[in-house]
Parts: sequence; C-alpha cells; structure tokens
Amino acid sequence: MTELISELQRERVYRLAASGTRSDGRTPEEVRPLTIEKNYIKNAEGSARVKLGNTDVLVGVKVELGVPYPDTPDSGVLSTGAELIPMASPYFESGPPRPDAIEIARVVDRGIREAHTIDFKKLCITPKEKVWICFVDMHVLDYDGNLFDAASYGAMSALTCTKVPASKIGKEDYPLPIQHYPVSVTAAKIRDVIVIDPNRQEEQIADARLTIATDENGDIRAMQKGLRGSFSYEEISRVIGLALKASEVIRTKIKA
Amino acid sequence: MEDVEHIEKKMKLIDENGLRLDGRKPEDMRPIRMEVGVLKRADGSAYIEWGGNKVLAAVYGPREAHPRHLQDPTKALVQCRYNMAPFSVTERKRPGPDRRSVEISKVISEAFDSVVFSEQFPRASVDIFIEILQADAGTRCAGLTAASIALADAGIPMRDLVASCAVGKIDGVVCLDLRKEEDNYGDADMPVAMIPRTGEVLLLQMDGHLTLDEFDKAFGMVKDAIGGIYEMQKDALRKRYAVTAEEFSDLPEQAPPERRAPPEREAPPEMPPEDGEVPQ
Amino acid sequence: MDSGPARREIVIPGELLGGRNVKPGRGTFAEREEVFSSLLGIRTERYGRVGVIRLSGRYMPYPDDLVIGIITDRGPSHWLVNIKAPYPAALHPAETPWRIDFGDTGRYLEIGDTIIANVLTVDEIKHIELTMQDMDSRRLTGGQLVDISPSKVARLIGARGSMIAMLMDFTRCRLLVGQNGRAWIDGEPKDMAVVSRAVEMIEERAHMMGLTESVRAFLETEYGMRAGPRPR
Repeated sequence: MTELISELQRERVYRLAASGTRSDGRTPEEVRPLTIEKNYIKNAEGSARVKLGNTDVLVGVKVELGVPYPDTPDSGVLSTGAELIPMASPYFESGPPRPDAIEIARVVDRGIREAHTIDFKKLCITPKEKVWICFVDMHVLDYDGNLFDAASYGAMSALTCTKVPASKIGKEDYPLPIQHYPVSVTAAKIRDVIVIDPNRQEEQIADARLTIATDENGDIRAMQKGLRGSFSYEEISRVIGLALKASEVIRTKIKA
Repeated sequence: MEDVEHIEKKMKLIDENGLRLDGRKPEDMRPIRMEVGVLKRADGSAYIEWGGNKVLAAVYGPREAHPRHLQDPTKALVQCRYNMAPFSVTERKRPGPDRRSVEISKVISEAFDSVVFSEQFPRASVDIFIEILQADAGTRCAGLTAASIALADAGIPMRDLVASCAVGKIDGVVCLDLRKEEDNYGDADMPVAMIPRTGEVLLLQMDGHLTLDEFDKAFGMVKDAIGGIYEMQKDALRKRYAVTAEEFSDLPEQAPPERRAPPEREAPPEMPPEDGEVPQ
Repeated sequence: MDSGPARREIVIPGELLGGRNVKPGRGTFAEREEVFSSLLGIRTERYGRVGVIRLSGRYMPYPDDLVIGIITDRGPSHWLVNIKAPYPAALHPAETPWRIDFGDTGRYLEIGDTIIANVLTVDEIKHIELTMQDMDSRRLTGGQLVDISPSKVARLIGARGSMIAMLMDFTRCRLLVGQNGRAWIDGEPKDMAVVSRAVEMIEERAHMMGLTESVRAFLETEYGMRAGPRPR
C-alpha cells in the first residue's frame, strides 16, 4: 500500500521546486529545523530523540557483553536496526522489517562504520572471547520524509552520549570512544530539480534519491543512491557540495 | 508483570515507617503526566509519563480494514498493537512481538472494543498503537490510559473513557501502582482497567497471591486510583481542546442537524464556482 | 471585541449531557433515560435536542456534502475516489455530466485526477456514492490542494463565508473548500503561498481568540491595506 498523490499536487510540488521555493517555504538547499534531545531513555546506555521538521525518530543504544566476530577478534561489534512502526504512518505495517527499513538501517550503519566513528578496539575485553556489542535501535515515531538523515542524526547523537557499562564487569563506566562525526545529507531529484532533506510530499514524487555521508575533514564516507531515476556525474558532484555545506551546522548539533 | 524472572525476595520493599523504596505510602501513586495530540501523522495521539514509564499511543481510523477478508460487515474491528522498543528495558528486547506483547495487545483490544461504538463503522478498523519507549512496571496500564485519550483525540465515538492502574502486594502489604523492583520482588500484581462512570471492569489480570480480604482491599484502592486517573485524562483532553472550543465561539449556534439542508443549486451558470460551501 | 463571545463547553465521551428533559442528537447516546456524549466536542442544544459537534477526527460523509476527491482506481464503469473518509467513494458514469461508453472511463477521469463533487448517498454499510451532476462539479486542473482538519472546515469558511471572502479579496486567488477537509487554491504562486499559510494559521491552535482578526492582520502585512476586505 503506497500513498496516493494527486497529479495536481505532483505538478505543483515540482513547479515550486523548479522556481526555487518549496511547499514549506524552504530553499532547495535548506534543511528543516533539527532538534536533538539526548539521554531520553534511562534504560538505554545512550539515546536521543530527533525531530527533523515533523519527522520524529527515537534512537536507543544498548551496550551488552558478547562474543567478537572471528575475523575481528579484538574489536567490539556494532549492530544497527530500524523499525518503521505502524504508529508513524498509515502506510507502515507491523511485522518483520521490510526492505525499506533494512535499507535505512544499513545506510546508517555504513555511514557510522566506514567513518571509523567508534574506536572498536577500546570495546574489547578479552580478545576472541568477550567484547562490548552496541545495539543501535532506530524507532520511527512520526514520518514526514527523509528517514535516512533523521535516523542517522539520531544514531550519531545517541552514540555520542553512550556510556559503556563497564561497572557490570567490575570496572568503571566510560564514554563510548567516538573518533569521528560523519553526517549524512539526503537529496531528492524531482524531474530535473534537486532538493535537500526532502519532506514526505517531495519524497513521494521524487524520481531519485542520493544520500551522502561526509566527515569533519570534508571527505566522503558513505553514499547510497535510491529509487528508479538517475543522477549525472555533475548532479552527484553538486549534491556532494550541498551535503558538505549542510553538514557543518548539523555536526555541531550532534556534538553538543 | 514485566516478564522478569521471579527471584526469591531478598530486598526489603517497605521500611519500618511503612514507606516504600521511593518514599511512597501504600496508597500513593507515582507522578503522572499526560499530553494529547503529540504526533502529526496519526489521527489521534497521546503521550504519558507514569513514574519511570514513557509511553506513546497513536490511533488511526476508522479506516478500511486490511486485509479485506478480515472486514466485518456489521462493525469496525478495534485492534491494538502493544509493542516495547528494544531499548525500553534494561536487557535489550529483540524487536517484534513476543508472546507477552501479543497477549497484552489482545486484552487491551478487547477492553476498547467494549467502549467504541464500532457498529457505526462497518468494514472498517480502528487501529490503536501503543509503544513503550521506557518501561518501569505498569506499562499496560499506562498504555491503556494513553490510548483511551488518543481515541478521543481521533474523534472515535465511545461510551466512555477507559482508565487503568495496577495494585499489588509487597512485603505482605497491599500497595498501589508497583514500580519495577516492587513488581519483581513483590507478592502480587493486579492491573485493572475500568469505565469509571459505571464501574465496569474491562481488563483484569492478576498474578501472585492475594487473600480474599486483600483482594477486596486492593480492588477498593485501585478503583479510587482509577477515578483520579480519569480526572487527569479529562483535564488533558480539555487542555488540548480549550482553544479550539473558543474558536467555535464566534460562529453562529450550529447544532449538528440530523441532515444538512441541500446546498443552493440555482446559482447562475456563469457564477464562479469558488465560493466553497457556507454553513447555515 | 465588543461583547466577547461566550465560551462553549467542551464535552468528553461518556459525559452526561442531560436527563429526561432532552432528546439525544448527533454525537450522543441514551442510556437509562439519560443522554451522554459519545464524542470529544462542543455541546449544543436546540429545540430540546442535545448534540455534540466533533472537534477532531476523520471526515464522515453526509449526503449533499461538497467534497474534493482524488481518483484512486478506475473500472470499466466506475471510479473509486479518495475523499478522506474511512471508505473510498464510488462514482458511476450516470452521475457525471458526460456520456461515457462502457470501458471508456479513462478518457474522462484518470487515476490521480482531482474532482469536485457532491456526496449522493451513504448507505447503512457505509457505501458512499458521489455525484458530479451539480453544476459546480468538475475535474480540477492547476492550482494546489491544502489539507485541513474536517472539524476546522467551518472555520476556514467562516460565518456566512466571511473567511473565504476575505482570503479571496486579499489574494485574488480562487478558493474552493470541501467539507471533507480539502481545499483547492488557484492563483499566482506567491498568492497561493499566502493562502496556504493562512490555512495553516487556521489549522494551528495557537491563534484562537479573534482568529479572523489575526488572519486579517497577516494578510495586511502581506498585501497592505490596498485590497481591504469587504465591509461587514
């Protein structure tokens, strides 16, 4: 079941975007207001509730003892999951995660992992035997477009306030060792127009989507192109430029 | 009740002054705060903080029931999904429904089915979603209480609001509204949901051990508590809609007619059609 | 504000509205000779009948309602239309202004098209039929749609159409308001943006006292006094 959009509305959103304004009054390069509330859930080792416009995502991090992967015996483990719960949209259904949710979780995971965000070596207790596992669970509460970025900002914000519960094994709790701050920015392409941080309506009529995660040095750490449409090399370069520009303010908010 | 193994009690739950771990007296409830209309997308929503519980409830509908073979041609399905976020509990919970949440979803659905005027919406469903964001015992009561005002917020016709609270026994004393440690190490827990106006009990569960006298005492206690929660629910709804009511106050007296007068159809052909409709 | 409007009483599901002296109207139910509200809304009383005007919830169709719908499906001899009700509404060729051969529905209305129509009937199992026989009924092209809560539609229209008239006077936009909580605006892009912001203002709960005045103030900051509203 997908949401219906009238032709009239489709035409209108496109014409607006083409003229340099958007239905919510933003410019094509503008990200919606972002608020981050950290340490929202006391039963989690780290958590953040993120509102990107009307999109509302709650992320909790649980840090638990576990066994390392055989190929990385001295590294902690990151496990990322996203749930598009039916509370958030009339078009989300209960049941096991569908491809949409899995894609979001994997794109967020890549952004964090490939940027070496977490110093996994510091999560090793006994090589080959015992390490800390970080479960990052992204819970979408209200959907109004661009879950990729909202979930990613939520995950990063929650990780930055996560405490490793080392007191469970007779040591002192310590903050999760964060080394980098990747920030993802998603663009939607509507016919020939590109907008950043698409809202729900823009996302519905988008032909193509591109998510770019960049780090504090201005380097690219993860990318994901989605939907049926295509991007040219020039368009990709432009999106990278826009992503870099937008990411600085967002990074400051995530670090705060 | 939160599926924690029942560990032999070692902890002293009531001190020599008769006070509980958090300083409450047996008949005291934890602080409760509720807010209506907290989500944009849902037709109705509410948030409740109840002691250490943080719970969101959302309502969608009435909407066409899916899949179609589930549709009832005589009434709407009232279905609730109670779900715990993986990070809501101390030990991470695997995402998705387990047997406990399926059972809770069922008994809550049944409680609401008895108050919603479901026969007004044949073939439809009224879907209630309860998400436990942070759990500290009594989550089903908090969820039910929030869902009830979310239903009203969604404009669903109902016989009444449903309010809920748990009562239990710790260290041999009947106490209201157990928190997690009390639930884990206590002697009994009994969540109850009622229609406060009529005294009808719509949800009742109990585990542990109560004498008949203790049950009577517990029931009286929880009934009073539910009356108080009912007042809080009404306040939360009034607070949310106070301004809206004022907004209607400069409109002419507009009793909902049993059938609206037919719109004027004798407009001249050239009259531009943009004059919306004017209520009488 | 000369006399200050009287506050209306908010009622809650299960609230007692009256005893044997009143008759139950819409949004109420009777139990043991007493009348209770079944809705969250505002109490009304007229000719001994109490009723409740809903303050929230989905659109519930009634015959003759003017609605703005979107075609969601099409068969050889009917269309299904989303009118934001719990159920899709059906439209049959006989209820359109056109002569349509069997199987030829797509030539007239396609999926995704927007129409203005009236509710013809709602039967006891809530099958909804629409009609486009009314002279205002047609396919809408251009412009934009704006959503508003069905319970706020009366507010957007205003007493005797005053709010619509004011919006049209200032913005020179065409504006059609469906009872189902959908409005259609057509005009210059910047004027349509002003109308949709005004609709948002009406939807928001912040500016309640003197809503008409605050919408007028907003329009005056956008347009100045030049387009001044009609004297009342």
